[in-house]
Amino acid sequence: MLIANFTEVRYREEADPAPSHPFIQCRDVRKSFGTQPVLNGISMEIRKSEVVCIIGPSGSGKSTLLRCFNGLVPVDSGEVFVDRQPVHAKTTDLRMLRRRIGMVFQQYNLFPHRTVLQNVMMAPIHVLGQPRGAVEQRARELIRKVRLSGKENSYPSQLSGGQQQRVAIARSLAMNPDAMLFDEVTAALDPETVGEVLVTIRELAASGMTCVLVTHEMAFAREVADQVYFTDAGLIVESGPPDQLFSCPRDARTRAFLERVL
Amino acid sequence: MSAAERTVSIPAILIHWTPAIASGFLINLGISMLAMALTTLLGTLLGVGAFARHAWLRHACAGYTHFFQNAPWLVILFYCMLLLPFRLHLGVLALPLPDWLKAVFGITLGALANMAEIVRAALRSIPSGQWESSDAMAFTRTQTLWLIALPQCVRRMLPAWVNLYALVVISTPLCAVVGVHEGMSAVADMLAFHDRPGLLLPAYAYLLTIFFVCCYPIARGAQRLERALHSGDSLVDR
Repeated sequence: MLIANFTEVRYREEADPAPSHPFIQCRDVRKSFGTQPVLNGISMEIRKSEVVCIIGPSGSGKSTLLRCFNGLVPVDSGEVFVDRQPVHAKTTDLRMLRRRIGMVFQQYNLFPHRTVLQNVMMAPIHVLGQPRGAVEQRARELIRKVRLSGKENSYPSQLSGGQQQRVAIARSLAMNPDAMLFDEVTAALDPETVGEVLVTIRELAASGMTCVLVTHEMAFAREVADQVYFTDAGLIVESGPPDQLFSCPRDARTRAFLERVL
Repeated sequence: MSAAERTVSIPAILIHWTPAIASGFLINLGISMLAMALTTLLGTLLGVGAFARHAWLRHACAGYTHFFQNAPWLVILFYCMLLLPFRLHLGVLALPLPDWLKAVFGITLGALANMAEIVRAALRSIPSGQWESSDAMAFTRTQTLWLIALPQCVRRMLPAWVNLYALVVISTPLCAVVGVHEGMSAVADMLAFHDRPGLLLPAYAYLLTIFFVCCYPIARGAQRLERALHSGDSLVDR
């Protein structure tokens, strides 16, 4: 039922059914912070409605790669395309592009001076210029869908980590994005609250939303992903469907990593 | 001065002079309040300017802040007195610029560099995740500053802002040096009018006490605010 609800709030899928080109495409993306190389030539493609999980050891460049998708981190070389639009071209209006890609962070990053409802309403009102009445109605609906009804007037500091993360998801969904990026969204949560966030993401993925997840939740990645990418030292070491990657990894580094975490 | 006047006790004389001194002190308060209002407004703009996307604007704001933060307020006051006209002509309108108003501008020019630093420091203390999530949600830099960062800064800035106000209040006697009739001049006038140079020390001590009574609660309030904000109150940023 909830899966159907998430589908209702999206509209762009219907306007552009199953396009043949990848929705997000990276070509030989390289990035260094100072003298420290973080991405050493990443190429990958993500199609619409696909659920992609990026796994790998800490410091392997997963979060940086995710931030390259919406231009939060500029690349040194290579190209990233979102719906065929070059993200890092000087002519690209990044703000217009970011309206189409929601992002949820490890530390939630909710606005602490605003209530749950206001957090969800802010961007549609101020960025999209939508009328307050319609935005509020939709925000309440999204809050209900992430199972936080009754918390509309609470402040983030009054919520648990899991609840805050679900508000962050609702806040991103309020922009009606075409794709969602999740950056280790359960890493800061205690084990009891991880489940409630994963349920929300699972429903979202099942609704057909394009999702890219950087995650350490291997069981979850195996369950929801269409494609899993294993990164190490700024490179994609191996990728494939979850059953293949988790059951019979080809590369020794993947095997060693999976043995450590599974 | 009559012999009878000479025999009245010092406290009684000071109480007798209180209305005149208080009316002067009210000018100090008025100047400080107006200066602080302007300082808050312009200092906020100046502090926010330090986060502008345009480098020239950032440098201009930083240049002003660095210069006036290190400029003596009395010198600024003198410049305002000497350079500002008696009357400001705006088309057909001729607005008078009395000395006390020039003093307000002078104190504001000095204080707003401090205010800009308070705002800049508070904005710097906003976690990077707030800026990152605002960018990810396609807020403009202006929206991020005014809707997200600055409202979170209010609580952080409050103790420093209150301290700055106390500093502005106690700096207002400088205006006497440039000819504004305020508390200091009122005391001087009373001493001269009644020909009581012997009361110079108690009279100024009385004025000091008035300033202390006014400013001490402000300073204590700032300290208490600071403690409250650092006491781990989980709702501190609301």
